[in-house]
Amino acid sequence: MNPELLSRFQFGLTASFHYIYPPISIGLGLMLVVLGVIYVRTGNPQWRQLSFFWVRIYGLVFALGIATGVVMEFEFGMNWANYSRFVGNIFGSLLAAEGIFAFFLEGGFLGLMLFGGNRLGPRLWLLATFLVAFGAHFSALWIVMANAWQQTPTGYTLAQTPSGTIAFMTSFWEAMATPAFLTRIGHVYVSAWMVGASLVLSVSAWYLLKRRYIELATAAIKVALPVFFVLSVLQLIVFGSESAVAVLANQPAKLAAMEGVWPVSQSCAPMFIVGWVDVANQTTTGLSIPCMLSLLAAGSLDAPITGLNAFAPDLWAPIQLVFQAYHVMINLGMLFILIGLLGVFFWIWGGRLFRTRWMLWLLVLSIVLTEAATITGWWTAEFGRQPWIVYNLLKTVDGVSPLLTVEQVVFSVGTFIVMYIILFILFLFLLNEKIQHGPDPLEEETPITSLPDNFREIFRHRAARA
Amino acid sequence: MWLNYVWFGLFVVIVAGYLILDGFDLGVGILHLSLARTDTERRVLLNAIGPVWDGNEVWLVVTGGVLFAAFPMVYASLFSGFYIAMMFVLIFLIMRTVAIEFRSKRPGQGWRRVWDFWFFIASFGIALLLGVAIGNIIIGLPIDGQGNMAITTLALLGPFPLMVGVTTVFMLAMHGCFYLAMKTEDDLHTRVLRYIPRLMLVFTLLMVVLVVWLFVGNFQLAVNFKTLVWPILIPVLALGVMLVAYRAFRQRHYFVAWVHSSLTILLLLGAVGFGLYPNLLISTIDPAYNLTIFNAASQPNVLTVMLVFALIGMPFVLLYTASVYYIFRGHVVIGPRSY
Repeated sequence: MNPELLSRFQFGLTASFHYIYPPISIGLGLMLVVLGVIYVRTGNPQWRQLSFFWVRIYGLVFALGIATGVVMEFEFGMNWANYSRFVGNIFGSLLAAEGIFAFFLEGGFLGLMLFGGNRLGPRLWLLATFLVAFGAHFSALWIVMANAWQQTPTGYTLAQTPSGTIAFMTSFWEAMATPAFLTRIGHVYVSAWMVGASLVLSVSAWYLLKRRYIELATAAIKVALPVFFVLSVLQLIVFGSESAVAVLANQPAKLAAMEGVWPVSQSCAPMFIVGWVDVANQTTTGLSIPCMLSLLAAGSLDAPITGLNAFAPDLWAPIQLVFQAYHVMINLGMLFILIGLLGVFFWIWGGRLFRTRWMLWLLVLSIVLTEAATITGWWTAEFGRQPWIVYNLLKTVDGVSPLLTVEQVVFSVGTFIVMYIILFILFLFLLNEKIQHGPDPLEEETPITSLPDNFREIFRHRAARA
Repeated sequence: MWLNYVWFGLFVVIVAGYLILDGFDLGVGILHLSLARTDTERRVLLNAIGPVWDGNEVWLVVTGGVLFAAFPMVYASLFSGFYIAMMFVLIFLIMRTVAIEFRSKRPGQGWRRVWDFWFFIASFGIALLLGVAIGNIIIGLPIDGQGNMAITTLALLGPFPLMVGVTTVFMLAMHGCFYLAMKTEDDLHTRVLRYIPRLMLVFTLLMVVLVVWLFVGNFQLAVNFKTLVWPILIPVLALGVMLVAYRAFRQRHYFVAWVHSSLTILLLLGAVGFGLYPNLLISTIDPAYNLTIFNAASQPNVLTVMLVFALIGMPFVLLYTASVYYIFRGHVVIGPRSY
């Protein structure tokens, strides 16, 4: 055990745990905006009731997201001081921009979204909800941008300073629009929207199974299911495959690990469905579609794919892990299309979806699956980047804080494990409690029409009260 | 060059923004065990900060981000050097979130007592550690030529930093009380009003001791003040602002009082900033290793881009922060969706 390995383990653990929540903030945020828009347009109170219910779950998720997100920001400095010095000019400014532009927006309007339902008219409340959801999306934009710079850095120059080699920024636009960013941001958004839609599907299907809130749950499924289905198809044919193409172009060693390609150059490279990488014998076995990788990633059946042997072994990522994580993600992606297809099919078939128990159970399970797919996707991206912390510029081992001791990191790793187990149990407990409790009946203390619904009315409202 | 000054100033302002905004909700957490007598009163205190505490915590994240971007060398040295202390800040931040979120979920007295206790410990701990960190930055740290520091956590808890920590706890408790004066009614309100002059008195006395200690100890901060002289006006002004806060409080203008309490915090941090200038971290090993606003900063092009961001973003931030507070103005009303 050394501080570097422990720090990597800790960062992986805390990042994975953190990333349970942001996709929900983004995806559920979108669902809440959709619910709000439908309410404002139809005036049917059931949508308002649903909004109140989901907003409470959003509040819980957001609180955990921020608590675990602060950890990430601290860790860059705590465990990765040399990395922070190296990337501060670029990575640091993207993080700061996230804070100034996006996070403030999200955090500022969150209170209005959570507690403003009874203080603001439907349109202003929707505006607050929209701004929170917009903030969540904007936030992801900057974070993915910062992460993408680590994957495919551009717009920099290396300079020697008294503190060592440092990446100076040569062009902010180039540092923002790295190749990895352009392809990944769509992939990340779509996956987060799918997480949001599947959460709504999951809880609503569970209500149907328990024969509670049948009307509300049916309405929610009718909104979320089409969204989920369309996104799952879009993810596969547009964003997912685009990402793979970009990885081949910019990080060939990573793609080789993802598909377990060994020869220096392999034409007609197969795409595995399931498989096992034998690193010692440098072979990959399993069920595969011949030539599919060449076709999808390089555009033609006999296009050559660069394999692992084109790189020195000390530049290999943990191959087995990357391979398996990638294939779990891919297979889940296929499964989502199937779930969406089945769901839509049973729905159109005389509304059988809402009575078919096994299908509803499948929907209940969907949130776990979408979360698993996002996490394994990130594992593919981040384990696949190893041994680099900034691709081809700085090794992970050189990014660690120089004076960090094993004892310190053992303490922090232990603390995070204990704390996050407690946190996760409490989260599930509270989430379950909110779901069991269900949507409250609407008890309007004041009629909705008397609530201020535009900026002028906020001030008139005050005059009326005074 | 001027960009470094601007960012130094902006950084001090953002830290102050955090201490002012999250400061009052930390203060509420520090005081709530002794201030509230019944469960309803506890809930009033919690809901007084309910819609805003999350947003306030964002200021901490932004402070970290701005430090990372503008002065990456300081960010790296400070966070790695204070490793265990930073872990405790994180533990407290997480436990505080958990306590606020979970307390209201069950009616049981035992359940609520546990989370009340954690809410107190976490709020107190964050305030204390922030103060201790500032104290250590004032007296200097063993920073080596590479910008790293080897210092044990116990060594961070020296008498002077602890004193700054305790002062910070009282400052935020006082600040939180000013906020609660706007938010509470009846018995609880009376108690809040009784706390305010006492907390002001204790805080002022602690500040006087700190200032004397600074000059007797002849820390770098004091040296700066002695050579420049005029920045002494800043703490003097802070004292004046405190008096205005007291006057406003006596006249029941609680919002005005809170604003002046906020100004006090801003001025005191400004005084620390002036005292440290041009250093951000002082090395006790060799002054040549000091991290200054020049040698620890990002390149001018980065600082320019960041400044454009701040100029575009911050007016909006201030505007909508103010409107959120405006919409939730007035006494706390506990409804079905409250904490």
